[in-house]
Amino acid sequence: MMTEGPALLVRDLRKAYGDVVAVDGLDLEVARGECFGLLGPNGAGKTTTIEICEGLLSADSGTVRVLGLDWGKEPDALKERLGVQLQDTKLAEKLTVAETLRMFRSFYRQRKTVDEVIALVELGEKRESRVGSLSGGQKQRLAIACALVGDPEILFLDEPTTGLDPQSRRSLWDLITRFRESGRTIVLTTHYMDEAEKLCDRVAIVDHGKVIAEGKTNELIESVDLSHLPPPEPRRTSATLEDVFVSLTGRTLRDE
Amino acid sequence: MSEQERRALTDHPLYQMTLTRFLGFIREPEAVFWTFVFPILMAAGLGLAFRQRGPDKPHVGVVKSASSAATLASLRKDTTLIAESYDDSAALRALRTGKVAVLVKSFPAGVRYIYDPARGDAATARLVANRAVQKGAGSVDVIATTDSYISEKGSRYIDFVVPGLLGMNLMGSGIWGLGFAIVTARNQKLLKRYMATPMKRSQYLLSFLLSRLVFLVLEVLTLLLFGHYVFGVPLRGSVFALSAICLLAAFSFSALGLLIASRATTTEGVSGLMNFIMLPMWILSGVFFSSANFPSVAQPFIKALPLTAANDALRANMLEGANLAGVAPEMLVLVVWMVLSFALALRIFRWR
Repeated sequence: MMTEGPALLVRDLRKAYGDVVAVDGLDLEVARGECFGLLGPNGAGKTTTIEICEGLLSADSGTVRVLGLDWGKEPDALKERLGVQLQDTKLAEKLTVAETLRMFRSFYRQRKTVDEVIALVELGEKRESRVGSLSGGQKQRLAIACALVGDPEILFLDEPTTGLDPQSRRSLWDLITRFRESGRTIVLTTHYMDEAEKLCDRVAIVDHGKVIAEGKTNELIESVDLSHLPPPEPRRTSATLEDVFVSLTGRTLRDE
Repeated sequence: MSEQERRALTDHPLYQMTLTRFLGFIREPEAVFWTFVFPILMAAGLGLAFRQRGPDKPHVGVVKSASSAATLASLRKDTTLIAESYDDSAALRALRTGKVAVLVKSFPAGVRYIYDPARGDAATARLVANRAVQKGAGSVDVIATTDSYISEKGSRYIDFVVPGLLGMNLMGSGIWGLGFAIVTARNQKLLKRYMATPMKRSQYLLSFLLSRLVFLVLEVLTLLLFGHYVFGVPLRGSVFALSAICLLAAFSFSALGLLIASRATTTEGVSGLMNFIMLPMWILSGVFFSSANFPSVAQPFIKALPLTAANDALRANMLEGANLAGVAPEMLVLVVWMVLSFALALRIFRWR
């Protein structure tokens, strides 16, 4: 089943919505078994990029190969092998956790059991609860369970912890770490630098549809020259990924 | 976990999607009310409002005078009218306010009837009153007459309206059922989420039709059985033909619902669109009153509407016992609507 080569390869990806260029010659390479973070301010092109990788959007030009496969040639085989969590999906509120997962599970050939994924995301007590009655964190864990039920080789998470309380965030981090430890690949976007620092082996910082920095998380942090940080950033003895991010993308507010 | 795992029917995506659609519906109390309870309340209300009471007896007022006693006695002998006696001024007021349809004023030389000929019931009341007065004075019919009464089921308003309500319900649940569910799924990015799974698009759409079938049986049965057993609405055609008409109508309206929902991204948007499509048909297609009331130039257009075709076919089957061949033109209209709507919907459907 495993083919050679990177889990995700993106070359010179371009996508425009009318006059607005969302992705402007973006390159990425994610190795198998890696947790890769896609960082960037609002409107940088992260979601567009990840949705092209998920096969939900078509690119204007460029190459995207996921697990060595091409969306144009083998979409069905690809969909079998990837797990997706979208930023703003609302699952049907009237269904229970188990009913939702049973339906998603029926779409896949190779898959986990409903009980396995419920255990993975620690929703055992909520198994028979309606989706509408779940908390934000539980809904997000269910969304990830839906992504895991097809036993994916690569998992795409788009801002998985946005809007969650610290407990829910940590519970999701554990979940992502466990998936990563099973040797699978994760590509995630996030606005939280602590999250990227904790979870990601490598990150790419995206702005204006291009990758402006890429590398191992710890190496990027070491490369920051603290004296070049724009004031009034407090001086610290060591930099954080947030320092990397701000020094590269500036302090101007970005709106969606 | 293995690919060779044997799959139970309940694990088939089509089964799972139909099931979740079904569960999603019955767990929505409002939807259940509008689909099942509302049509019955409507039929019951209309059935009671327009039940057969026989025509009202005409009210005849007698103006008190020296010679009015004999006239009053003659009128009171006739059971087909109701006679009251009034003073001069009260009599005119009773006529003006419609309490009586005609006033009878007696003179030694004869009687005078006072009434407004523009009032529909007044002329009848005058005839009935005159007959009673003449009879009381000794007049005899020259030709012997007898009456025999019939009461034909199928000619009452409730018989007309139940097939109409059935058609309206098939349209409503087809269009609302599909339109709302699809647009909600699109609006909540659920449709997009499904697109990132190996789910087959054809099965997704098919699951809507299948869950429609389940509800179709339930909603048609409740309304028909209610109409038949509570109001005695006839079911003269074959059950097979009736089922075929309901099935085709349901699929035709579902296809129309799919078409209406194929692009809209908000439930507000699709609601407006659905009302825009359905409202003219509620009025034109003969749900509550016959579409024959509209001018003849509009008839070809009205006949081409799917709800007109469904209602005409249902009435022909239930009231006149028509078989499938007898409703072939209506069935053809429904098939054309189904095929065109479905084909167009598939072409323009927005999956994201």
